[in-house]
Amino acid sequence: MLKQLKELKSSALKELEAVSQAKDLEAWRVRYLGKKSQLTNILRGLAKLPIEERKQVGALANQIKSGLEENLEQKSQLLKQAKIAAVGEGIDITLPGRPFPTGRLHPLTQTVTEICDIFVSMGFQVVEGPEVEWDYYNFEALNITRHHPARDSMATLWVDAESENGQRNMLLRTHTTAVDTRVMEQMPPPIRVVMPGKVYRYEASDVTHVPMFHQIDGLAVDKNITMADLKGTLYEFARRFFGEDRKVRFRCDYFPFVEPGVEMAIECLVCGGTGCRLCGNSGWIEVLGAGMTHPRVLERSGIDPREYTSFAFGMGIDRLPMLRYGIDDIRLLYGSDLRFLRQF
Amino acid sequence: MKVSLKWLEQYVDIALSPAELADKLTMAGTEVKGWEVIGGDWENVVVGQILAINPHPNADRLTLPTVDLGTEQQTVVCGAPNLKVGDKVAFARVGARLIDGHSGKAIKLEPAKIRGVASTGMVCSEKELGISDSHQGIMVLAAEAQVGTPLADFMGDVIFDLDVTPNRPDCLSVIGIAREVAALTGQKVRLPDISYDETGAPIERQISIDITAPDLCPRYSASLITGVKIAPSPHWLQQRLLAGGMRPINNVVDVTNFVMLEYGEPLHAFDYNHVKGQKIIVRRAEEGEVLVTLDGAKRPLSPDMLVIADSERAVAVAGVMGGADSEMTGQTTAIVLEAANFNPASIYHTGSRLNLTSEARMRFERGISPELTIPALRRATKLIIELADGKAAKGIVDVYPGKREPEPILLSKGELKRLLGVEFSLEQIKTALISLGFDCQAAKWASEVKAIAPYWRSDISLVEDLIEEVARVIGYDRIPVTMPGGEVPRQNPAPIIGFKQEVRRDLAGYGFYEVITYSLTSLDLMNKLLPQPHPLEPEPLRVLRPMSTEQEYLRPSLRANLLAALEANRRHEEGGIRLFELGRVYVRRPNDLPDEPEMLCGLLAGPRFGESWHGGDEPIDFFDAKGVVEGLLNHLGVEADFKPADDESLNPAKQAAIVVGGKKLGVVGELHHKVAEAFDLSEKAYLFELNLTELLPFTMEHKLFQPISRFPAVVRDIALVVDAGVTHHQVTDIITGFPLVTRVALFDLYTGGKLPAGKKSLAYRITFQSPSKTLTDEAANQVQKKIIDKLSKELGATLRG
Repeated sequence: MLKQLKELKSSALKELEAVSQAKDLEAWRVRYLGKKSQLTNILRGLAKLPIEERKQVGALANQIKSGLEENLEQKSQLLKQAKIAAVGEGIDITLPGRPFPTGRLHPLTQTVTEICDIFVSMGFQVVEGPEVEWDYYNFEALNITRHHPARDSMATLWVDAESENGQRNMLLRTHTTAVDTRVMEQMPPPIRVVMPGKVYRYEASDVTHVPMFHQIDGLAVDKNITMADLKGTLYEFARRFFGEDRKVRFRCDYFPFVEPGVEMAIECLVCGGTGCRLCGNSGWIEVLGAGMTHPRVLERSGIDPREYTSFAFGMGIDRLPMLRYGIDDIRLLYGSDLRFLRQF
Repeated sequence: MKVSLKWLEQYVDIALSPAELADKLTMAGTEVKGWEVIGGDWENVVVGQILAINPHPNADRLTLPTVDLGTEQQTVVCGAPNLKVGDKVAFARVGARLIDGHSGKAIKLEPAKIRGVASTGMVCSEKELGISDSHQGIMVLAAEAQVGTPLADFMGDVIFDLDVTPNRPDCLSVIGIAREVAALTGQKVRLPDISYDETGAPIERQISIDITAPDLCPRYSASLITGVKIAPSPHWLQQRLLAGGMRPINNVVDVTNFVMLEYGEPLHAFDYNHVKGQKIIVRRAEEGEVLVTLDGAKRPLSPDMLVIADSERAVAVAGVMGGADSEMTGQTTAIVLEAANFNPASIYHTGSRLNLTSEARMRFERGISPELTIPALRRATKLIIELADGKAAKGIVDVYPGKREPEPILLSKGELKRLLGVEFSLEQIKTALISLGFDCQAAKWASEVKAIAPYWRSDISLVEDLIEEVARVIGYDRIPVTMPGGEVPRQNPAPIIGFKQEVRRDLAGYGFYEVITYSLTSLDLMNKLLPQPHPLEPEPLRVLRPMSTEQEYLRPSLRANLLAALEANRRHEEGGIRLFELGRVYVRRPNDLPDEPEMLCGLLAGPRFGESWHGGDEPIDFFDAKGVVEGLLNHLGVEADFKPADDESLNPAKQAAIVVGGKKLGVVGELHHKVAEAFDLSEKAYLFELNLTELLPFTMEHKLFQPISRFPAVVRDIALVVDAGVTHHQVTDIITGFPLVTRVALFDLYTGGKLPAGKKSLAYRITFQSPSKTLTDEAANQVQKKIIDKLSKELGATLRG
């Protein structure tokens, strides 16, 4: 039986070689692979063979069958090409198509959109505020008084312009949290908003610092908003943005405009928590600051903290595409280099 | 702040590993950025004492010290010149892991024969133990080291690097951290003994204190110590300071710094004999007053700064830095020790005005408790008596105009649940608060507790502060994960947000790459946009203290940065470049924040499609740029007119204003050759710009469905000859004014050849269609004739033969 199969194979291949027309090819297919072909018969009759022989014959027959099918497909392609060439209409379909210019959105735009989409699906609305702000909205309204040490950590770029009272209190906002009070002054609760945008710091450029970067803040105000809701909202964001399995840490931290305060970190994307250079050996990467909006901040915006509670969070955006794509120099994001922009 | 584990263990028992302790502190709000283990590798290294030093029989430079290790004595070969009999040293036994003093590599100590003498062990340098890079000589240990004890027990430590948040000045101290550790691990804090004998004369007879600015100085306490001998401080004290990142100076100054690190209260010691009139006055500086501070700098003072003065002159900038005049010297025999409390805002202001940072300033400006002065003062006085042989005066002077009684805060279970979303029992709440030193008293209701913050917690004033304390001690991980419930707020997003996104996507689809450039730009770059220099009008907004001239002005347009981006890319890009930026520009408004319109700017340059076997690499021209604008506006459902324009940065002959609803909303054109040159471009570049904020309302007009005609259309081609000055727009304006005309398309433009000079030919395909009937040829002919008549009458057009 095995010998018979081998002979069948060599005669089939020999005949296939000789085929030069499509109709002959079909006849060959019926003869060697059709329902009544010898090969099909052998395969059908396998059950009757003793077990040892069945194994050997079955394996060989199937191998020959798939080999012949492959040869048939190749021959068929060759015949098609030969036919087209014969009429003189052949094209090399592997030639490049007529070029159409391609463009792309900036990776930061893509990231902001992705983040906003996640929060919008949780009932948040996107709001924007001015980039040039008053000291009041950027600092005072957020419990950052003129002598607060937090001002030192946010080196401010002041604008050379006088306000109505003759003071120079116009600045480039240092965080998108500056939009919080504006939103609360204008919108009655319940509020759920996210506020993306550019922020500015007096900082010399290097691998991790630029004087302008992007942030997004979030704010929810309602009668029963709790820290558990903050946790739920941020965990859901982290799950969708960083992935299902990425561990998240919620720890106590301090920001003047929230109480209690929170810092959220995710398990390091490079080492997965064992500690590496990227995460400073801690295994964690801080991604955002958050907390329950400070009652004084609510009061100042005309919201009664005895009636309403609120959570707020704020996060730097630039680091996210950097972490995701392994970009090692933040300045690349603002360098407008096409060799960089084409990659995203 | 750096904190030594060994020091910490003097105040609280710690059973956790460094990693566990770091995690506990980090989770509860004081982030441990890292820690350094000192002596973790010092197995088989013990304290030894040199008993004898004999010469090496075969080498002049080597010696054979005999070292007492308590249980045995060993003689080894040594090459260091600084050994003396009686010195305590670190002795490494065979098997110790050390660092090779020459190669810097880690080695394991083996028995060796050096110049014929067997050596089974060695006395070590700092470098060999990994303490420092010093390999100058053998490290000599302090005399109090116990012979035979493992070196790790004597000198080993773990130094934690803590990131203390600005609201917790109490944690800028070892005791403060010990209190945190105690609360988080269920331990009790052991405070140092601060009692001492007051054997001197009563203090009131020797010094008086007067606070003339009580608003800036809530409390001033002082002790007086006579008969002190200034000398270097003992090894253990120096070790503590070094571990805390401070330099040892002398016993008195070191004690003040030690107690500052220990309690978090900055102290200052004055030389009593330099305090004139036996009087300390806490007052505002006088106009024109100058003080030479400890660092030798001359500091001009002003009346909004607080100084410590004697009866004649200022002797210190309060809470920031001492004066050089009253500084401790080797001759000092009597000191006034100050422990005071100052207004944080005033300290911040003075420190930043004088550009002075100090450990003291950092603590005062974060608002430490005035209650700290007495325990810290007593602790320091006791140590100075012990270490500098002094005699404390009887009593302490304590002026305390800013004393405030602590206010109890009422916290209920319900309130905690309202904020955290989880219910804790009153027992849990009380346990957490008590562990942090709060005094918890019963309140009116069984579900409430009245809590009084311990004096060192100057940051606690609201019930929310208490809730955070409870949450962080019990653990943020005990807070459940829920989603906000209740009504989902109404969504009324500003239309500009979606609009910007749509425009961005369109442009990316047209082959443009989006760039984001800095909003701050330079005068130089903006001036490159002007073929003829002139002052910019309106003047762009400037930053008060710019980091550099590169980033001095808030951009009034996106053009300059975008052209700079084209210039930069041209250095490495051959083909067509299409770039756009969508962002805000800043326009000055009197006495108000600037206007921040959202602008779109695009740039095109180079070949239209790039090199390809299809050909088609002709250069991009004006109509490519205009086509992008038309395509975008068409997609947005806006009809625009293109009118002559006079933008100075563009070629006067090849530019058009984009006019929508009678309003000029942008411009499209070829870059002025001088501007192109200024940006180092040797090719023609095309630019378009649109004010999206102003365009937006036109995109929101209500659309009305136009029924699709069921009747066939008649199509006619006409070729016109007109004067070269007649525009396409003039022609189509007339044609589309007629009834039944549903579409007009220019399909040919022709000049030269057989046409007379000054003439051009325009060929149009006109579609006629009626919404209500099948159009006859005759009806179409009639309209066509009227069209040609009107074109001829108004534009002098003739039909081409």
